[in-house]
Amino acid sequence: MSAPGTPIVVLSAVGKAFASGIEALDRLDLEVRSGEFLSLLGPSGCGKSTALRLIAGLSEPSRGAIAWTGSDKRADGSGDIGFVFQEPTLMPWATVFSNAYLPLKLAGMSKDDAAPRVNESLAGVGLADFANAFPRQLSGGMKMRVSIARALATRPKLLLMDEPFAALDEITRFKLNNDLLTVWRSLGTTVVFVTHSVFESVYLSSRIVVMTSRPGRVFTELAIDAPYPRHESFRTSADYAGYCRLASQALTGAMAAGQAR
Amino acid sequence: MNAVGPIAPKPGALAEGYARRDRVLRALLPVAALALGILVWDLVVRIKAIPPYVLPGPVLVAETLAGDWVILWHALLATLATTFEGLLLALAGGIGLAVLFNQSRLLEYSLYPYAVILQVTPVVAIAPLLLIYLPQQAAVLACAWIVAFFPVLANTTLGLNSVDRNLGDLFELYGASRWQRLIHLKLPAALPYMLGGLKIAGGLSLIGAVVAEIAAGSAGAGSGLAYRIAESGYRLNIPRMFAALILLSIAGIAIYFALSLLSYLMLRRWHESAIDAES
Repeated sequence: MSAPGTPIVVLSAVGKAFASGIEALDRLDLEVRSGEFLSLLGPSGCGKSTALRLIAGLSEPSRGAIAWTGSDKRADGSGDIGFVFQEPTLMPWATVFSNAYLPLKLAGMSKDDAAPRVNESLAGVGLADFANAFPRQLSGGMKMRVSIARALATRPKLLLMDEPFAALDEITRFKLNNDLLTVWRSLGTTVVFVTHSVFESVYLSSRIVVMTSRPGRVFTELAIDAPYPRHESFRTSADYAGYCRLASQALTGAMAAGQAR
Repeated sequence: MNAVGPIAPKPGALAEGYARRDRVLRALLPVAALALGILVWDLVVRIKAIPPYVLPGPVLVAETLAGDWVILWHALLATLATTFEGLLLALAGGIGLAVLFNQSRLLEYSLYPYAVILQVTPVVAIAPLLLIYLPQQAAVLACAWIVAFFPVLANTTLGLNSVDRNLGDLFELYGASRWQRLIHLKLPAALPYMLGGLKIAGGLSLIGAVVAEIAAGSAGAGSGLAYRIAESGYRLNIPRMFAALILLSIAGIAIYFALSLLSYLMLRRWHESAIDAES
């Protein structure tokens, strides 16, 4: 793994236009650095999710380049990237264990070989006792935990998360925020987290990139220098309120800039 | 009304009581309607003194059913054998074609229209032709297959195309091969649709077998239940015709329930259609 802070992947002047003519991204410059918790913050339709899909290789840029550096270069299907969608996106016909096992199964790893890693992933998100349950038996928050465990099963260097907690109630979201931070710190992975919540991005991130809308580009970025581990007490601290004010102002500016064009 | 709090039952218990009464009614009403129908049938035959070669009474039909049991039972087995063979072939053909179509657009565009044509052409019209070109048993089987395979094909095709897009992306992200995608994603996602198609195909396969047997029966040969119906018709043995018809209906109902049970057993752990509201 590369030293903390060195770039893993660099997007240079990346543009994405869809066949429908909608221009989702325009000259996006973005650097993802090893070990960081990076949030992409912006209004709906600013191309945050598109940027994430481009990084994951699920879609190709229309213009510009996406460069992977050093040992983190992505090989197709290597499992170096984990992806968590806005919906839990579980296979309803498979147990919790089988869902979390999927990436390793597709990579050709036998169930016996994979079991320790899958069980560890499930334990990491507090689902050790639910390995044999089916998704329909779980609450929304638990389904999202399975989705995270699945993404972590391959020990990815880069974890991409597309508004994963947007559909959850606030109490569940807070709890998952804390658990996500714990997992991120213990695995030393890099996270790119897409959200439209100022409060969530400040609480989680070491760095926030604020984007303008349609077509999306970087408006400004913000370092959140509050130390980890962060706990619930951080949510009520003056530091937190200060960062939230800064992020809100940046978001307001980004929206105004988006409308001006 | 003077319903005081402590005396009134809890709303939940009340709703449960209504639900139970509803279930009992739903089970009893069809039986009561059937009994009433048989009673009216019997009375009409007796009062109007209708001769048995026009309309036999229920008692005579029951006696015929018992008396001709050996003939009818063997005929029923022959028809059921054709139905199940047709159904199995329809399942293999329908799912196989759907998977092929799903893997190759070219193949789908070339052949799907002809699958539709095969479906919309009435099997009664095809049966006599098939009987000319094929040995009788093969022709009967072909008819059962023709009517039964399309619902399996159409439903499986729909199911294979109804995969959650995010799950599809996930498989792509992890570098899944075409084969892995088919086995671990598309086929399981299509299973509820396939089973729905199978339920329809079961009844249709019986219809196809009966149609072909009747067409074959008019050519003077056959062994199935439908052949017995045609034969009884020529001989004006109306009571046996009724008895055979009743057996045929029971066979159809049994097939439907057997396939429903199969569907329930295969889906009960995960699919909405097979999950009780309470669990």
